[in-house]
Amino acid sequence: MIPAPFDYVRVSTVDEAVAALAEHGEDAKILAGGHSLLPIMKLRLAVPSVLIDISGVEELSYVRVEGDEVAIGAATRHHELEKSEVAQSEVPLLPHVASRVGDPQVRHKGTLGGTVAHCDPASDLPTALLALGATVVVQGPSGRRSIPITEFFLGFFETAMEEGELVVELRVPRTGSGGWGYEKFTRRENDWPIVAAAAVHLPDGSVGVALANMGGVVLKASAVEAALAEGKSIEDAAELAAEGTSPSSDMHADAEYRSHLARLLTKRALKVASGETGASTAESTAA
Amino acid sequence: MQVSMTVNGQQRTDEVEPRTLLAHHLRDNLGLTATNIGCDSTSCGACTVIVDGLTVKSCTVLALQAEGAEVTTLEGLAGPDGELHPVQAAFRAEHGLQCGFCTSGMVMAAVGVLADNPNPTDREVREGLEGNLCRCTGYHNIVRAVLTAAESGPAAGRVPTSKQEVSA
Amino acid sequence: MSILGTRVVRTEDPLFLTRGAVYTDDLTDPRLAGALHATFVRSTVAHGTVTEVDASAAREAPGVVAVYTAEDLGDLQPVPPPLPFLDAGFSRPWLVPVGGRVHFVGDLLAVVLTEERYQGEDAAEMVVVDIDPLPAVVGTAAAATDETVLFPAVGTNKVAAFGEPAPEDFFADCEVVVTRAIANQRVAAAPLETRAASAAWGEDGRVTIWCTNQGAQQAQGQIAGWLGLDPTLVHLVTPDVGGGFGAKIGADQEYAFVAWLAQQAGRPVRWTESRSENMTGMLQGRAQDQVITIGGDRDGTVKAYSLVVNQDCGAYPRIGTVLPTLTMLMAAAVYDIPKVHAQATCYATNGTSIGAYRGAGRPEATAAAERAMDLFAAEIGMDPADVRRKNFIAPFTEPFTTASGATYDSGDYAAALDRVLEAAGYADLRAEQARRRERGDVRQLGIGVSAYVEITGADSGHGTSENAQLEVHPDGTATVLTGTSPHGQGHATTWAMLASEQLGIPVEKITVLHGDTDRIPDGGGTMGSRSLQQGGAAVHQAAVELVEVARKRAAELLEANPDDLEVDLANAGLSVKGTPGTGITWAQLAADEQLIVQTTFTAAAPTFPFGAHVAVVETDVESGKAVVTRLITVDDAGTIINPLLAEGQRHGGIAQGVGQALLEEILYDDDGNPQTSTFADYPFVSATELPSFELVEMATPTPMNPLGAKGIGEAGTIGSTPAVQSAVVDSVAHLGVRHVDMPATSMRVWRAIREAQKGSTN
Repeated sequence: MIPAPFDYVRVSTVDEAVAALAEHGEDAKILAGGHSLLPIMKLRLAVPSVLIDISGVEELSYVRVEGDEVAIGAATRHHELEKSEVAQSEVPLLPHVASRVGDPQVRHKGTLGGTVAHCDPASDLPTALLALGATVVVQGPSGRRSIPITEFFLGFFETAMEEGELVVELRVPRTGSGGWGYEKFTRRENDWPIVAAAAVHLPDGSVGVALANMGGVVLKASAVEAALAEGKSIEDAAELAAEGTSPSSDMHADAEYRSHLARLLTKRALKVASGETGASTAESTAA
Repeated sequence: MQVSMTVNGQQRTDEVEPRTLLAHHLRDNLGLTATNIGCDSTSCGACTVIVDGLTVKSCTVLALQAEGAEVTTLEGLAGPDGELHPVQAAFRAEHGLQCGFCTSGMVMAAVGVLADNPNPTDREVREGLEGNLCRCTGYHNIVRAVLTAAESGPAAGRVPTSKQEVSA
Repeated sequence: MSILGTRVVRTEDPLFLTRGAVYTDDLTDPRLAGALHATFVRSTVAHGTVTEVDASAAREAPGVVAVYTAEDLGDLQPVPPPLPFLDAGFSRPWLVPVGGRVHFVGDLLAVVLTEERYQGEDAAEMVVVDIDPLPAVVGTAAAATDETVLFPAVGTNKVAAFGEPAPEDFFADCEVVVTRAIANQRVAAAPLETRAASAAWGEDGRVTIWCTNQGAQQAQGQIAGWLGLDPTLVHLVTPDVGGGFGAKIGADQEYAFVAWLAQQAGRPVRWTESRSENMTGMLQGRAQDQVITIGGDRDGTVKAYSLVVNQDCGAYPRIGTVLPTLTMLMAAAVYDIPKVHAQATCYATNGTSIGAYRGAGRPEATAAAERAMDLFAAEIGMDPADVRRKNFIAPFTEPFTTASGATYDSGDYAAALDRVLEAAGYADLRAEQARRRERGDVRQLGIGVSAYVEITGADSGHGTSENAQLEVHPDGTATVLTGTSPHGQGHATTWAMLASEQLGIPVEKITVLHGDTDRIPDGGGTMGSRSLQQGGAAVHQAAVELVEVARKRAAELLEANPDDLEVDLANAGLSVKGTPGTGITWAQLAADEQLIVQTTFTAAAPTFPFGAHVAVVETDVESGKAVVTRLITVDDAGTIINPLLAEGQRHGGIAQGVGQALLEEILYDDDGNPQTSTFADYPFVSATELPSFELVEMATPTPMNPLGAKGIGEAGTIGSTPAVQSAVVDSVAHLGVRHVDMPATSMRVWRAIREAQKGSTN
């Protein structure tokens, strides 16, 4: 299957990208790695008339420390994030989660900004960014602005970006040696998660918890976070993981099972983050 | 639109529709049919090729996205004298292919695995090949082939470059 | 030293590994120059009445040469079901006309011919289709009610019925009777290469069709019949084929359509389907709802067993309709059960048609019998391995006829089980399981045991015969023509080994050709694990006969007594006995007169490979997720010619069995919409979900062919599926679970645990 016809514009700076977006209007889409966009274009679920290719925008590819934060360029590919020594030492949750996205080929092309802008409720990295309380930096005709990630994902494939804006950077707190856990539940290793839970100890002493695929967008496990803040045990807090979620029922899992997984995975992620247990792995040996 | 890339050491410039997928460009425009297309959903990996040293699924990359890139397909893996790349040789020795349809992508993905990790475990090979589906082999002999190739040292993860081609 | 039994690497591989195989979509044959591309417009509604098919806009789209709807079909008659006893009312139209009914998502409505591949998809989108939906019949239970009838002219969804109900007192003498409804779910064969065909008509009025298929000769006959052509006008070629697994047995209507379109357009036509199209258009497999009932005594003796099958045939009944008869034939499995009852009813539903899938009728029999044994063992509290051992057919070397009517050639089922249990370390595994249960671990161990016997080389439309032609050329090389149709099995290598064994010509100098009806007009193709035992045996026979021809010729040339001559393997020719190197080479023998033999081998009867598998899983009892950690198998296929390739067949089979047991299922919603029509949705088993396999050797030769070989292509699947399913159940048996349907998904396992904990024994 192949995409419907479109025009293609290659840009080499963010300003050019913004200008191209302004020129081509709402039918234009940003193409970074293309691993969210091209698959749905091949199924003709998306039919943009113009693609603006930002993969050559070098100014958008970096992982660096800026004050208390790590700043990551939107065009940073998953495998670059996975291998980034800065990310590994400053915010190790992210490179780990990057290593769990799709398969190596996907990680070689997919970008952090792309996965955030795509706003898939089952996406790994947005879940981690949400747990971290990231800031999404977007740029458009009226310049740059920062959006707290909790206000960024509005609905199913719908973000807080205005027309003409693109994601240029993600900013996350430096968690350093703070504990973290990511529990991804799949049928096969490289599938999208049926449910995933990210938990991370943040510099302010709080614990961030977020869930994938428990509603129309990736979700903060707010009730869990609040319970932990009140000093509740991991077991008790995790029991609240499905509160405020609206999981779907599909062929992989019904809502009841997803809710169960949310509680179970949240508990496990929190325990890993607190150093109580090691991470779950698919493999362990018999006898 | 015009697109230029180096494919298996040869400079190629062609006119393509913007929507042309790299896989179709390689197959239909350049006649490199070892690269196969097995799905619509970036799942099976049969179309895996190496672009600028990294494996990608060429069914989910526009030909235009490979502008200026160095692309290696299965056809470009063996030495100029026809000597099999260590991964190709190991696939044969270990019977790592049956119908052959996944093989091109599987071999390229395996080279990528070994480039990233020259001494993988059985499990690491499996995880490295998680984006490549095979219906015939049950993966058993593919995994063995990758482990066997690893024994031949760093050459198993090497991707021929145009410079090598030129000097050869 | 004999080359047979040695690990010869494939002669096919150097090309496959450097420039790639040449599949149908890869062809650059000059006859296909300037070919048009066909793109089918398919129904997106499972069941309904077509009210509009408007191709006017599509006809104006860029690159469109023609668009055909049902109005444009001329004399083409609907294709009758492939089995003569089926009602002609089940015939399939080439394109469903306005006023007609679509019967599954994927039914054909129109076809577009374009200059370029990409233009076809654009134009197909522009064909306007309107369908008034009818209630969809999903699954056999809905079909059996006949509340909605798919084919009003037939009047019922019942396609066929085999066997009679069991007598009421069938289980009367049993102390214990267990009965259960189980599913052997619908799965996709999913060869990596989708369907593809190309066709070009010659000035001689003949058409050449290239297509991806498991038997050129069968496909040739079908296509000729459907198009009303003399078969001699159809030249069918199967290039390299990217896997089949049963789903490429027989021609598909699209293949014939491509030939018809090429004739209409006066230009060659190519077609390669997308994966999404493949997942609804290609034959699928299994799709049996079964009720198993097993009865016996508390000492473990099984006295009676009943298997009742409801077969989902899909929308247009095809070969899947008769596969339950194989299930019935093999119902008794490896067991000496005095009374075995089997019965099957086949139904049309609004799903994709069912055909053969690796095992084709036999895995369903084994899965049922093994589930029954496990349920019986659980009921009487006996180890499942012990129950099996108690009821096995005793070792036999003379034919043995079972209570379900199959006559097995040779077998020692207890020996297979003993070997696999020993290799698995069964007692240690049980001990480890007990420790984990005692501790209440999150990760529990499950051990699944299966024993199987299957039928291979059964008559799949070509009797038990296969032909071979062997020619030695003046340059000392040889060519084998075979009626089998390899698509991964490595016949080019193994058939060369069989010829080399007799002639001493190295395998590298022996070319094996197949899949071209002009060169090889007769052949049974590759299916039902028949190839080595019939096609390979034919090559062996041809080589033996060729030696006799050569011996006479050499005797004249050397002025020697033919009886004094023997094959001189080292020198690739014939020499006087005891004086190697003194005789005449094959090249010399073929120099002046063609040295060629054509022969047909007919097996006395099918063969019955058997084996036993142990699967070990670890199940996370909190999430329900089971992971296969070990698979240990004995697969006795008689004499092995090339262990490297035979092991490959086992590996692939085992993996597909794991896929069915744990992951794979074609699903429809209530309206008949497929939910698993891409590889993103259909959980095709991947490398990360499998361990490396532990193969144990065992070889009991069959007397049915001179090679002693039985089939190996399907055995792995037949054994591994129930072993893995059983292991999953076993991993949570201590929590009260007795059964989990396939695929044993984490949600199913989790729910089974919950139900069991609520007190209802699952």
